[in-house]
Amino acid sequence: MTLLQIAFLIISAVTILAALGVVVGRNILRNALALILAFLGVAALYLLLEATFLAAVQVLIYVGAIAVLILFAIMLTERLMKQERATNEQWWVVLVASALLAAILIFLVGAVEWQVTPTEIGGDPIANLGRALLTTYVLPFEVASLLLLMALVGAIIIAREREEA
Amino acid sequence: MPGFENLPLLSPEITLTIFALLVLGLDLAFKRLKDALAYVAIGGLILAIMLTAHLFGTQGSLFSGMLVVDSFALYFKIIACLTTGLVILSSIAFMKEKTPYRGEFYGLLLLATLAITLLVGASDLVMIYLSFEFVSLTCYVLVGYLRGDPKSSEAGIKYFLYGAVTSAVMLYGMSLIYGITGSTQLTVIADNFLSPSSPVASTRWLILPAVLFILAGFGFKIALVPFHQWAPDAYEGAPTPIAAFLSVGPKAAGFAVLIRVLLTALPAYQIDWIALLSGISLVSMTFGNLVAIQQTNIKRMLAYSSIAQVGYILLGVVAAGPGTVGIMGVLLFILAYLFTNLGAFVAVVAFSYATGSDEIADYAGLLRRAPLLAAALVVFFMSLAGMPPTAGFLGKLFVFGAVIQMGQKVFYFLAVAGVLNSVISLYYYFNVVRLMFFLPAKDETSLQIPRSLVVAVAITMAMTLVMGFYPQPFIDLATRSVVTVAMLSPQ
Repeated sequence: MTLLQIAFLIISAVTILAALGVVVGRNILRNALALILAFLGVAALYLLLEATFLAAVQVLIYVGAIAVLILFAIMLTERLMKQERATNEQWWVVLVASALLAAILIFLVGAVEWQVTPTEIGGDPIANLGRALLTTYVLPFEVASLLLLMALVGAIIIAREREEA
Repeated sequence: MPGFENLPLLSPEITLTIFALLVLGLDLAFKRLKDALAYVAIGGLILAIMLTAHLFGTQGSLFSGMLVVDSFALYFKIIACLTTGLVILSSIAFMKEKTPYRGEFYGLLLLATLAITLLVGASDLVMIYLSFEFVSLTCYVLVGYLRGDPKSSEAGIKYFLYGAVTSAVMLYGMSLIYGITGSTQLTVIADNFLSPSSPVASTRWLILPAVLFILAGFGFKIALVPFHQWAPDAYEGAPTPIAAFLSVGPKAAGFAVLIRVLLTALPAYQIDWIALLSGISLVSMTFGNLVAIQQTNIKRMLAYSSIAQVGYILLGVVAAGPGTVGIMGVLLFILAYLFTNLGAFVAVVAFSYATGSDEIADYAGLLRRAPLLAAALVVFFMSLAGMPPTAGFLGKLFVFGAVIQMGQKVFYFLAVAGVLNSVISLYYYFNVVRLMFFLPAKDETSLQIPRSLVVAVAITMAMTLVMGFYPQPFIDLATRSVVTVAMLSPQ
């Protein structure tokens, strides 16, 4: 067993355990903290695949922004902080559904002859990404900025204090 | 750089972007301008319609195949701009009483229109998904716009949850297609499927599930039956002008992108998806009509009736073959449906503005309280039921005609089912007419309806009748819109 394989096994184990902690744990704040660990595990998996940029983005966006946002949302919601034990009556439905989904996903990854690029993509991944965003994908790139503007305005309208008409 | 020399083809989208930002900016700068902004937005839409009409007949592909401009897309862009224009006209008085945030409201409506114009021309899965989410996200905000009204917030959340799940499923379907073919471009995907030597052959069995997943997303957008549950709640809770918008704008866009994906990328599997869509269409119209009968709230009734209507429109997609008028029928039906359904909703806005009620029972005796409104509603209901001489008749004539043109027993059965469903729908449409004409009103005072709403009702009613009495120019327009796409051509 190579060092890389050992690292992969350890990282996957940590990620899966953390992910289990997110859904099984009873304290919502601890669930959120476990989520951060799971996100970090995924980032480490990306690193093992030499997708350095993806790993950095994973840390910045998922660990940095989304997880912190979730923590803020929990801490600022009094009702959730008081609630010691989060329970879910329908946990077995979720269990069956996610087991099914996992089975389908794993089956499809193995069963299908996916298309792969025959040539290796050389060069700096970040430079390549930047070039693609401003040439081939320039339209989606610009449209995404309008979408974000819309989302900002919309979020402010929905989250504002009650209107004074 | 490639693609940029075609920038003038994008002039309607650029105009919409500029006006959307202008409305948002003006709203920020001048606090007292709020209601004038509606007219700025309408001005932008009229300009966009003129630019689109000017482009009619041109064809081109932009930004390395992200977007195509053809008459088919341009037709839908005109539909989107018309819809938003009429919706804004009908919201001016309505929103004035409900919220102080009206500038953003018109800005968001313009952005929703922009998203629709991008979606109808998108020819790459990346662009399709992005503009699809753009339409959805804007609509979630608009549905939940009335913060003080718990029903509006509830509707927004329900709509959002359904939308988030179906778009995740759709994205998975798209990723399967990409994984099998190695491309996100619709034309490349089609070549990959059609060429016998491609490696796709060994994964043939995965295509139908992938299409089914993608259909979940599109089906949500157009409220087809297994994905329709959000529609009645969203329509009931949303500000009524937004319910009107949802029932036409995003639906037309959903049909445009459905037709483009099926006919551009998946013609090789037409037999499979025809069977699938026939079933969905049959269930949609029957379910929509049967449930609509039991409704007591007019917005919910219109929601179920529009589920039935998309079932009819889907018949046209089923009959999209060489030598039929299927797609042309879809285009005509959607235009007719635009004026008719928007008209019906605008009339509901007017009634609810004047009385504060959406209950069907309160429409009793409307003939004496607001004779013109009652007359307009009769026209809209006749058109929704598909009776001559209205626009709805024209749409149904072509769609059912195309199904019969397919010339097989199964298709005759579908056409008969469509006609029977139209008969069922007569029952609940004319139940409202019966109330308005023959039952006494609880309160005989005549209704005060603001001028902007009168204008909106008058325009939609006039167009519904014009399309019924003088259909030739509209038929010509629809014919011109399909000929440019080789696959869609009726020849």
